[in-house]
Amino acid sequence: MTLGYAGKFLDVDLSTQAIKETKFSDEILNDYIGGRGLATKILWDRLGSKWEMVDPLGPENLLLLMTGPLTGYYPGGRTCVSGKSPQSNGVVGSTLSGEFGVELRCAGFDGIIVSGESEKPIYLFLKDSDVELRSAKDVWGKDGKQTVSALTRECRGLLKTRYPKYGEWKEPAMLYVGPAGENKVRTAIVCTKWAHAAGYGGYGAVMGSKKLKAVVAKGTGPLPEVSDIKKVKRLINAVCGGVYEGELWRRWGTGGGGYNFGNKTSSEPIRNWQEEWHDEKGYGVDKFENRLWVKPYWGDFGCPTTCLKLAVVKSGKFKGAITDNPDYEMQAYLGPNLGIFVPEENVFLASLIDDLGLCGIQTGNVMGFAAELFQEGILTKKDLDGLELKWGDTEAFATLAERIAYRENIGDTLAEGTYRAALKIGKRKKMDLLPYAVQSKGISIGAHGIRSGQDFADIISYACSVQCGDHTSLASLPLDGGGETMQMFNDSGVYCAFNGFGGPRNLKFDFYKAVTGLRLTQKGWCLTKALRILQLQRVMLLLGGPDLKWNPKIHDDNPQKFYKPLPSGPYKGKAVDKVEVEEYKHRYYKAVGWDKNGLPTAKILRKLGLGDVEKALERISCD
Amino acid sequence: MLVPGLEFPHLCAQCEDYPCVKSCPVKALSVSNKTGAVLVNNETCIACGQCIDACPGRVPHMHPKEKHIVICDLCNGNPQCVKVCQEGRWNVLRVVERGDEPYRLYARKPEEITKDLAAKIYGEAGGDYL
Repeated sequence: MTLGYAGKFLDVDLSTQAIKETKFSDEILNDYIGGRGLATKILWDRLGSKWEMVDPLGPENLLLLMTGPLTGYYPGGRTCVSGKSPQSNGVVGSTLSGEFGVELRCAGFDGIIVSGESEKPIYLFLKDSDVELRSAKDVWGKDGKQTVSALTRECRGLLKTRYPKYGEWKEPAMLYVGPAGENKVRTAIVCTKWAHAAGYGGYGAVMGSKKLKAVVAKGTGPLPEVSDIKKVKRLINAVCGGVYEGELWRRWGTGGGGYNFGNKTSSEPIRNWQEEWHDEKGYGVDKFENRLWVKPYWGDFGCPTTCLKLAVVKSGKFKGAITDNPDYEMQAYLGPNLGIFVPEENVFLASLIDDLGLCGIQTGNVMGFAAELFQEGILTKKDLDGLELKWGDTEAFATLAERIAYRENIGDTLAEGTYRAALKIGKRKKMDLLPYAVQSKGISIGAHGIRSGQDFADIISYACSVQCGDHTSLASLPLDGGGETMQMFNDSGVYCAFNGFGGPRNLKFDFYKAVTGLRLTQKGWCLTKALRILQLQRVMLLLGGPDLKWNPKIHDDNPQKFYKPLPSGPYKGKAVDKVEVEEYKHRYYKAVGWDKNGLPTAKILRKLGLGDVEKALERISCD
Repeated sequence: MLVPGLEFPHLCAQCEDYPCVKSCPVKALSVSNKTGAVLVNNETCIACGQCIDACPGRVPHMHPKEKHIVICDLCNGNPQCVKVCQEGRWNVLRVVERGDEPYRLYARKPEEITKDLAAKIYGEAGGDYL
């Protein structure tokens, strides 16, 4: 058995309430590693033959909660959530921080595969190998903070009763969904603690569709055995040492981005990407730091960066709002993107979005989209049920977020995410509203614009990514550089990429070898193993269905707004050049082994040992 | 951490009257002359859990696999938790010289610590999240 793995996965069928254990061969584990990679393989093996018929929100979809061999060892463990995405209809490996992955591995499992659909709301509780499904009727409908309180109390109570002589238990880790997930909102998150979210992909809706409110885990065993524990310890020190050198992430997290990306690189979404530049010094990270952060360092287990800051609004209209940081994405999408430039109001919205179980990026994007339609007079006060969606009106956006989470009135349409909402409202209004939708293949893009050319995303990053608008999975060349293929390693080893800055280039692979005993190089990973995962993700993305399918000729493209010149700032007038995009795109297609239509070729599939995938290509139509 | 954001170490405070040591029916617990830490003799310990109930903060906890109690032994005077905390420049943990102080005050149950922290960090209503 490959070292570094617990060796077994929990396989839970909610329809029959059957719980069993599943194992994967060493060959599969070595090729797909874990997290996003292994999730892709599992999805292909179990659902690939009928992919386009599988409703992401139906009982046939799988919800995968995965760890990787590096989870718990590499400083800053994460958990990877996957399945068929209700946003892209493909596969997204969405990771979130927290102790869940570590607890799970200490309980003896590398991951949980959830299938079927429960009749009544339930949650899964596991303490080492004792696994049970329990009624969630008391927490169904509850918001994030209430859910965490109630389940922490209940599960610690259970542990205390069952093990009366243990002493005081450290709280178990849990993943849960808020009201948005329960209502199958496509922009819903899987959440842990109060504000750590797996947003991209919309797996909160998948979890909600299965009536699975939460998964609570407590593991008392050690982490799985590794190949060379001395070397692992040395490497942990090396990672920490690198992190301690860089003061900015530690002091501000990504929260420093709000002014940096808005002002210097000019790549922040402002009023639904009508602009990407601002000079609002009142929205600088120093204001968050001085007025709102009550705790300068907050991290999850084993994290040397501790980039989280605890933000609390202490007085005024929004008193009592609590969230972490907010990080750059939340600052941008629930701030300038809605015309809001007041730190307190941003924290209030972020806190509300967490409580409702919504994704700040996807929901901030769809709310900005609605507000621009209101600005243009396309959506009227009547369409919005009396809501005047003016830029900067925090309370109006708060009301809209609630309507989205509970699928009330216009919220029901916007709960479908930006792309689907644009189609639906467009049909009603008999207009093409896609020019207002800043997304790629169903997933709203991260808060990093590409027009100024100063941010880290390339002009094809969103257009060609197999995770679409995901700013943590960016397609770029060269393939073994640092783009999607390397990000795939972070998501498959399942640890936090933010602890990778400053270390030597090979550190991650040295870490992998110290844990598993297997040699792997960056080139070897990027050009074979990662490429294999990429092809599988691409094929499933293009198979799509059942409600939407993607045609690379049309959909491997940037949001239309990115071709319009920036109206303000130091990069005023700059836009993405369509000809350059087409040229780069075809170079990228060639590098990853796709034909001119963007379809994986039989040659590359055979070369990567994916012969069985070849037949599926016939099911993809590109006309 | 019973409420997110409110982490705290729940460790032995070395009460000046050592109620845990007194409660042990098999004399498996002793006090280190050098550091004042409570030392556990794993061979003698019968895992009865009486020291947990005797501790005002319910700090000792049972080893999950082996049959003995676990109590912080201050790493023989060189606590590793303090070392990493200083290395990372969080400077939250420090080694202090032992004197004749009311250390017992710091041996508290997780719920009690959380309640105070919540009031301090989230305001009076913070305790509602417990």
